[in-house]
Amino acid sequence: MTPPAAGPGGTVSGGTATAVDWAALTVTDVADWLGAVSLVAGALLSLAAAVGVLRFPDTLSRMHAATKPQVLGVLLLLLGLVLRLRTLSDLGMVALVGVFQLATAPVAAQMIGRAAYRTGRFDPGLLDADELADR
Amino acid sequence: MTFLLGLMIAGLLSVAALLALVRLYRGPSLLDRVVAADMLLATMVGAVGAEAALNRHASTLPVLVVLALLGFVGSVSLVRFAVREQS
Repeated sequence: MTPPAAGPGGTVSGGTATAVDWAALTVTDVADWLGAVSLVAGALLSLAAAVGVLRFPDTLSRMHAATKPQVLGVLLLLLGLVLRLRTLSDLGMVALVGVFQLATAPVAAQMIGRAAYRTGRFDPGLLDADELADR
Repeated sequence: MTFLLGLMIAGLLSVAALLALVRLYRGPSLLDRVVAADMLLATMVGAVGAEAALNRHASTLPVLVVLALLGFVGSVSLVRFAVREQS
């Protein structure tokens, strides 16, 4: 029959072509690959945030681009760092950096947004709603 | 694979830092420059972290903590200064 004849040749060529030996794949390899993927994703998000900061038209939009994608990018880079280091004490310090990012970025963005609104550095045509218009 | 990964991440983060520097140079007001400087510092945090991840050492982790706090203090104080000066 044809399936047994094609089977061994197919598995041998497939095994050498893809070079993934599923039996020898350890947790360490998986963590390394996941860490590499999250490092690249974090760098891509940082680049997207930088493009937004350069291209967006007014200060409020730029503040948005510098806050949300940038924090997610840094968190993904820190996740990749943890996945590649894999020690508990380093995890604590990296988590501290992540918590600082998450706690300080909204405060800084709120202060920048308030200052931008009060000094008129925004385009009213780009706003959907202006809750501070009558104050 | 580590070399290729390092090359890719270095390229992406360098372009990101360059774009932030262009906005830092152009920025019409002080607030745009604060946003761009914040962005540049966050990119630097990412770059230091990625370097530690690629070479698998933890000696630059305290630098990450200091950078994360320094950016916040710097941007907040600059924004306070900007508002007080313009009002």
